[in-house]
Amino acid sequence: MSLSPSLIRTPELDAWIKIHRTGRLTIATGKAELGQKIVTAIATIAAEELDVDPARLTVITAETGVTPDERYTGGSNSMEESGTAVRQAMAHARKRLLEMAALELAEAVGNLIINDGTISGRSNDKRITLWALMGGKSFNYTIDEEIAVKSPDAYRIIGKPVTGLGFAGLVCGTTAFLHDLELPGMVHARALRPPNYLAKLMDVDDRSVRAMAGVIAVVRDGSFLAVCAEREDQVVRAASKLRRLARWDTTERLAANVNIYEQLKSNPRQSLLVVDGVPSDAPVPPQDLGSEQRKTLSATYLKPYHMHGSMAPSAAIARFHETGNLEVWSHSQGVYPLRSALANVLGMAETQIKVTHAPGPGCYGHNGAEDAALDAVLVARAIDGRAVMLKWERDDEHAWEPYGSAMRVEMKAALDGRGKISGLSHDSYSDTQVARPGADGGFSKLLPAWYLQEPVAPPKPQPNRAPHGGIHRNADPIYRIANKRIVKHLVEALPLRVSALRALAAYANIFALESFMDELALADDQDSLDFRLAHLDDDRARAVLEAAAKTANWRGRANAEGAGQGLALAQYKNQKAYAAVVIDLRVDDSGQIDLQRAVIAADAGQVVDPEGLRSQLEGGLIQAASWSLKEEVTYDSGGITSRDWETYPILRFADVPTLETVLIDRPDQPFLGSGEATMGPTVAAIANAVFDAVGVRLRQIPFTPENLRAAAAA
Amino acid sequence: MTNFTLVVNGHNHVVTADPDTPLIYVLRNDLGLKGVKLGCGLEQCGACMVLVDGKAEMSCSAPAGSFVERPITTIEGLGTADDLHPIQRAFMAERAAQCGYCIPGMIISTKALLDKNPDPSEPEIRAGLADNLCRCGTHGSILKAIKRAAREINT
Repeated sequence: MSLSPSLIRTPELDAWIKIHRTGRLTIATGKAELGQKIVTAIATIAAEELDVDPARLTVITAETGVTPDERYTGGSNSMEESGTAVRQAMAHARKRLLEMAALELAEAVGNLIINDGTISGRSNDKRITLWALMGGKSFNYTIDEEIAVKSPDAYRIIGKPVTGLGFAGLVCGTTAFLHDLELPGMVHARALRPPNYLAKLMDVDDRSVRAMAGVIAVVRDGSFLAVCAEREDQVVRAASKLRRLARWDTTERLAANVNIYEQLKSNPRQSLLVVDGVPSDAPVPPQDLGSEQRKTLSATYLKPYHMHGSMAPSAAIARFHETGNLEVWSHSQGVYPLRSALANVLGMAETQIKVTHAPGPGCYGHNGAEDAALDAVLVARAIDGRAVMLKWERDDEHAWEPYGSAMRVEMKAALDGRGKISGLSHDSYSDTQVARPGADGGFSKLLPAWYLQEPVAPPKPQPNRAPHGGIHRNADPIYRIANKRIVKHLVEALPLRVSALRALAAYANIFALESFMDELALADDQDSLDFRLAHLDDDRARAVLEAAAKTANWRGRANAEGAGQGLALAQYKNQKAYAAVVIDLRVDDSGQIDLQRAVIAADAGQVVDPEGLRSQLEGGLIQAASWSLKEEVTYDSGGITSRDWETYPILRFADVPTLETVLIDRPDQPFLGSGEATMGPTVAAIANAVFDAVGVRLRQIPFTPENLRAAAAA
Repeated sequence: MTNFTLVVNGHNHVVTADPDTPLIYVLRNDLGLKGVKLGCGLEQCGACMVLVDGKAEMSCSAPAGSFVERPITTIEGLGTADDLHPIQRAFMAERAAQCGYCIPGMIISTKALLDKNPDPSEPEIRAGLADNLCRCGTHGSILKAIKRAAREINT
């Protein structure tokens, strides 16, 4: 392991730790708490490295100018980035503290031990606490090298059950979400979005709204329209009235006349060959399925637009100070990039803007958080210095959040005389997978900016060239396959707004690959588990697959009428946590799928907080099951028609399987991000189990009774 | 705007509001009970559940004026960090919260369920929580927490 990139960006030790005279310690992370319990993990890592009781620690999270800049909280990177950075920083702090203590205690460093912050030696009875040594002082030390961290055999905390932090506030309703904050003199606002992406505001006679009780201002800038009032109930009434008065030009229509999966194949696109997970500019070669092709199979898999569907609509607070400086509270996953994006649109210096993360509802990627922040700022700019709480409504969140892209994945492969895959091609067609706002030059990815009198348009998406990045994420199989041709196709001019949704393209690529593995195995009368193991060299991948199969009593293909079992495997991004999933389900005569049992086996490297890890893996499985069984964003030429939980149903308690999770701890291995690891294996395991149950191969998400009946008839 | 009295968490509160204001705004903004969460405003997600006459009811649309003389209990009325209700204790023990936004509503629905049926079967628990949505996928831990709460309350 090398020095964490977060420590290269922020090498000042004092940015990561403060020791107070009171015996308390503040640890900083640049990541945000999103419900993934990163705060618990960071506190555990710091407490272990320093040998202090975790109860002494306060972890502060993403705030510009206060915490280190660790960019976005996403991509399953937080443990690897911030967890490693905090561990390495604490090792430096420990070393400095022991050196200081050695002088105080007249003892060799090697003879010192720390016990809940009290340092003592072997040769005398003298002792000193970390806070007596350092309380209120600065280290004034710059980290420029990696040093040894504590060895796992010396652990006292990690490896035992960990107390989750922050739960009392959540179960008592006292945790202040952003939506609950009250600033002195704060007023309330709502933005009124157009009927669809392309509509323009013609006029609005807002006199009657301005005259309503409590209304402070109606803010109009081009097609951006918002209203602000003293009280929240007043602004809700005012917004409702204003919505009836606004007249929109809806001449331009969405391209809904052509099926999205046709558009993915026929629209203009950029195609890049992906070699070892990295897109290249080399010409795309013809398919080579090997010299010996006993059987050849091809199949196309389809994934619709999905939404993040946060439980609360997005919100933000903005306040301008007399100095012209701006303060913003947001549940964004990236406070520093949001600051850049706001500065860019507003023509302000970044140093004039402070963005603080406040907890929001689970976001699972890029939802409306950043857009709501600009909405709030635009209203705050139009009034007199008071703080503005702007909230989206349910309809706004459903209709305007950036969705997870629709995808089309085409697979082709051949089997040789020994029943092995002799060649495989994988073509992924999709819009961009990531359109997160940041320093976007003359462009902006913030929704409200597109509707201003002087609009700042979104940039044209460019192919993501990062290793295992956007459209090609998990397109490269972890199986041993000699001839692979993997191509990503960035398709243009698609109808809906999209950006990062949990697992990005890994969900659809693993759906395709792991369904296709079963199709290949079954076409050759091989067992799904044996077929995978026969192509698998990676011992850690084999271990999770075998553990899941064993725990779930893998029975192979059984032709049990209506009851099915399916499995699937992936290593997220080919470099994060390994996860295997086995699903047991039933399919009734109407085509309704009833998930009965789900087994997960996962290897996320060293486990810090087993319960936190389990909850990320199981949460991912349930969310992916929801996407797979129920979800599809619907729209017509007039706009989005999935506008609430009835028109966009998600999984409910009645639909949830019993869950069992096996964690394979690797104390000597680096952390591997787990929050997105189960999404892909879940969808493929369900599809494979449905085939086992009723002999119908599902290649189009969602697996509704209608789609299942259509697949059966095909 | 008129004055009317609501009984919330055992106390009388005279509020000044339009009686047709959805109850949730009065609870959150006039009485400061921010544990009541607004999720949809359409009675579709259950984040805003409160207890009324022993039943879990959504507070995001029903007019505040219709709750006069109908005592209301919110999550704040169940327990505090120093004095947790057994259901809250069970949710903590099972770590049954990811983002936690839906959890107050879940706990209120659980309270209504266990008051009526102290020893529910798994299907009865699932049916009792049918109106509550969770997007983080915490369902498994929530189900365990409800079973744990039932055990604790019954012993």
